[in-house]
Amino acid sequence: MKPTRHVLALTALLASAFAAPAFAQDTIKIGELNSYKSQPAFLEPYKRGMDLALEEINAKGGVLGKKLELIVRDDGANPGEAVRVAEELVTREGVAMLAGTFLSNIGLAVTNFAGQKKVFFLASEPLTDKITWADGNRYTYRLRASTYMQTAMLMPAAIAANAKKWAIVYPNYEYGQSAAATFKEMLKKAQPGVEFVTEQAPPLGKVDAGAVAQAIDDAKPDAIFNVLFGADLTKFVREGNTRGVFKNRTVVSLLSGEPEYLDPLGEETPVGWIATGYPWDKIKTPEYVAFLTAYQKKFNDYPRLGSIVGYATIKSAAAGIAKAGSTDTEKLVAAFKGLKVDGPFGAFEYRASDHQATMGAYVGKLALEKGKGTMVDFTYVDGATVLPNDAETKKLRPAAE
Amino acid sequence: MTLNAFLFQILNGLSSASGLFLIAAGLSLIFGVTRIVNLAHGSLYMLGTYIAYTFATKIGGVTGFWGGIIATALIVGLLGALIEIVLLRRIYRAPELFQLLATFALVLVINDAALWLWGPADLLGPRAPGFRGAVEILGRRLPTYDLFLIVIGPLVLLALHLTLTRTRFGRLIRAATQDREMVGALGVNQAVLFTSVFALGAALAGLGGALQIAREPANLATDLIALGDAFVVVVVGGMGSIPGAYLAAVIIAEVRALCVGIGTVDFGFVTINFSKFTLVAEFLVMAIVLIVRPFGLLGKAQGAVRSIAEPEEPIRPATPMLKALGVVVLVGLLCLPLLAQGSPYLLVLGIDVLIAVIFATSLHFIMGPGGMHSFGHAAYFGLGAYGAALLVKWLALPMGVALIAAPLLALCGALLFGWFAVRLSGVYLAMLTLAFAQIVWAAVFQWEGFTGGSNGVIGVWPPAPFDKSWAYFLLTLVLAVAAVLLLRRFLFAPFGYAMRAGRDSPLRAEAIGIDVKRVHWLAFGVAGLVCGIGGGLFAFAKGSISPETIHINRSIDGLVMVLLGGVQTLTGPIAGASVFAVLHDTVMRQTEYWRALMGAIILLLVLTFPQGIVGAFASLWRKAGGRL
Repeated sequence: MKPTRHVLALTALLASAFAAPAFAQDTIKIGELNSYKSQPAFLEPYKRGMDLALEEINAKGGVLGKKLELIVRDDGANPGEAVRVAEELVTREGVAMLAGTFLSNIGLAVTNFAGQKKVFFLASEPLTDKITWADGNRYTYRLRASTYMQTAMLMPAAIAANAKKWAIVYPNYEYGQSAAATFKEMLKKAQPGVEFVTEQAPPLGKVDAGAVAQAIDDAKPDAIFNVLFGADLTKFVREGNTRGVFKNRTVVSLLSGEPEYLDPLGEETPVGWIATGYPWDKIKTPEYVAFLTAYQKKFNDYPRLGSIVGYATIKSAAAGIAKAGSTDTEKLVAAFKGLKVDGPFGAFEYRASDHQATMGAYVGKLALEKGKGTMVDFTYVDGATVLPNDAETKKLRPAAE
Repeated sequence: MTLNAFLFQILNGLSSASGLFLIAAGLSLIFGVTRIVNLAHGSLYMLGTYIAYTFATKIGGVTGFWGGIIATALIVGLLGALIEIVLLRRIYRAPELFQLLATFALVLVINDAALWLWGPADLLGPRAPGFRGAVEILGRRLPTYDLFLIVIGPLVLLALHLTLTRTRFGRLIRAATQDREMVGALGVNQAVLFTSVFALGAALAGLGGALQIAREPANLATDLIALGDAFVVVVVGGMGSIPGAYLAAVIIAEVRALCVGIGTVDFGFVTINFSKFTLVAEFLVMAIVLIVRPFGLLGKAQGAVRSIAEPEEPIRPATPMLKALGVVVLVGLLCLPLLAQGSPYLLVLGIDVLIAVIFATSLHFIMGPGGMHSFGHAAYFGLGAYGAALLVKWLALPMGVALIAAPLLALCGALLFGWFAVRLSGVYLAMLTLAFAQIVWAAVFQWEGFTGGSNGVIGVWPPAPFDKSWAYFLLTLVLAVAAVLLLRRFLFAPFGYAMRAGRDSPLRAEAIGIDVKRVHWLAFGVAGLVCGIGGGLFAFAKGSISPETIHINRSIDGLVMVLLGGVQTLTGPIAGASVFAVLHDTVMRQTEYWRALMGAIILLLVLTFPQGIVGAFASLWRKAGGRL
């Protein structure tokens, strides 16, 4: 080994960090940051969705006569780095707007950064209600249906189950905690006599599945509300199936119908669970079929929910910039108020009252077809139908405007 | 919870214990003989799950599943041998702990390699042929595969025990664990011994992973989760003790299963959901065990390790030339706000680098001259950050007060944890600090009403004029320079010499009247205090903090920075922190597989500069006849 050569190579690499980039003014830059390395199952399809949307938009000449340019960054899955990456995108790359984030705490940190530095931020995926409500600000909009909305979508099924005793299982962090709290509050309102016999809150990614499934079975609930997802869900379902925990019990479950979390289950798919999700091969609306065809043609793979979110994020950004007629932050904030966007799931709108998009989700029953998990008896629930009205929303958003 | 439910949860615990034991046993063997803290052990486990999944689904059936498990153990074992021969063997002569850096790089490379080979989706294997169903016990259904696991753990324990006590190979392993120099002196080929032990440990990790595919999906997060579990089990059981590892695995798995089984309990005045305690249960167990039994449940005091590294040079005050260089760098940094007008991001990055420098130098203070390897330094960083942020949030105190209070809180934490930690040494001390850091992390995570839970505290921005990045950069620079100079002052005061004496020769130091424990305890406090300054600055630089500031990843980053720069020099941590922070920023932007690239660069640095970057330059300089 020749040390000098490595030193030279390293110096060159470090020097490139300090080199100021050329500011190309013939494109409109969107800065996207996300936890690509920590959540690849969701975010790789997400990135493809963005690429597809970008290609479609630029093929039609871009926006305001300029091509859109996407600058994608990993946020290191922690808020401290996310804030630095956001600053880098704004100050070094000169992006017109920020978009992205997955985890709740990172979404909130970037939301707060956007409010402080007066930068436009479109939160694509983080679900926490606080982004649009408690900690919402005028510079931040959110695309994906929030925890509150997804839980509300499942309420009709939960109430119809007419169960007296419920067990709840959720990952012990913001998303799980707030989903469980919202669920309990809404169900108590609808059925005052309802009882919650056990609440299992395992740490995210580290569920002790056998013990948790057993503890739920021992509590003898009539119904179960599940908030686990990813590897936690897979482990829990296999243990629960083997131990017969789900037999003769209604199970209502968040996100489990999304291909990201449903597909790994394969033959283990818990038939009959009522879940929010996305039956990618069964939706027949023309705008969806167009999206599906284009996606499969470009990537030779089927879309996951992440693809929908990524695609709709870029479509939203383009629509917002076109409506604003400029990339000025204040004009973007104004343009997104009531902005109508055509997504794969149909048209939706960014509400002026709380900056939440009304893009909905599919609610249906999990089923097993040819050894693979899928959804049956599903309906599309429009996000607008599960959101509080403007007057109530105003009370939920003390910090904004 | 009924008696039957209780007994049944014990069975659940036993089957989890077997899984824990298999990962831990390999780590324990490797550490015992080679003294390498193998961070890549979890990665080998993860590879085991992926490889076994591939066999079970591509070949399928009984051969694919059971044959695949055996094949997986062999393949991962071979990979382990390869790692030892190609990489680790080259750096045994480096300072203690340096090999940790290499295994850290492997973690990054292996994770990206698995992503590239198997894709991002979770992969759930089939149920085990012959063990698909469940049997009825105590009126409940227990999966037969769990019964199989309950049996396999003790079987592997027995096999390992017999190997260690009845074979020549086992005797050599035990001898090397006691005194590897002596084993070498008696004519045993150490290279072959080290390689075979590493391969055996890796094979056990692979086996452990392979056996889990019927219970959990292969996914990219398992490497760090398995690593954390393995460390705890090994330390609780006693480093190098295989029966201890099994005992510890049982205790930890049972505590977790019972926390889940107990569920929510209403004590009248307060309702506690015990299932949330699984987050921290194992670390509480580890802290208690280490306080009561410093060498773990069945461990013995570590035999003296006669380091095979080159003897360390004493630290000397900087030469005029080095001082002049320091002044030049400082002037350059002071001018940075002027130079960076064209690219303001430079200042943002500069702030991050300076905070990293504070973090790394404070860690180096106890790690290098103090000889106490803290694996939980993020605790003090986090206490500083949370102290500052919470004072702003709850009491609306100005930034100045918060920045002063932050290090004080970190000091209190460091004095408290240090009091226990200095009673131990070596890897046990490292693990106790890690346990304390995890307990702080869990407390912050759990205490939602006060700390904001997983979301943390947001909206902690500095007031004018520090809201401009040039002003905040200068503030950070002033505090960073003050912190570094303060630590330097301590090192060249009698206190610093006493600390180093206590590291190099505790007995002689005691004999001349130095209270070694007390000096090391105070050193802990000083390091915590300085680290807290960094934490406070971090909170205001980012405007928000969350439990990640205390996470084990940050502690490991700190170790990497110090080792990268060179643990034996005082400029090492400064250079290491700067290089690491800038590299991280650059590499993350360059490529989709940035972690593998980062790992590759660190490996390159490790092989090129086995004494750290500054250490290598210093020895080159000395060889050229210069004085430093």
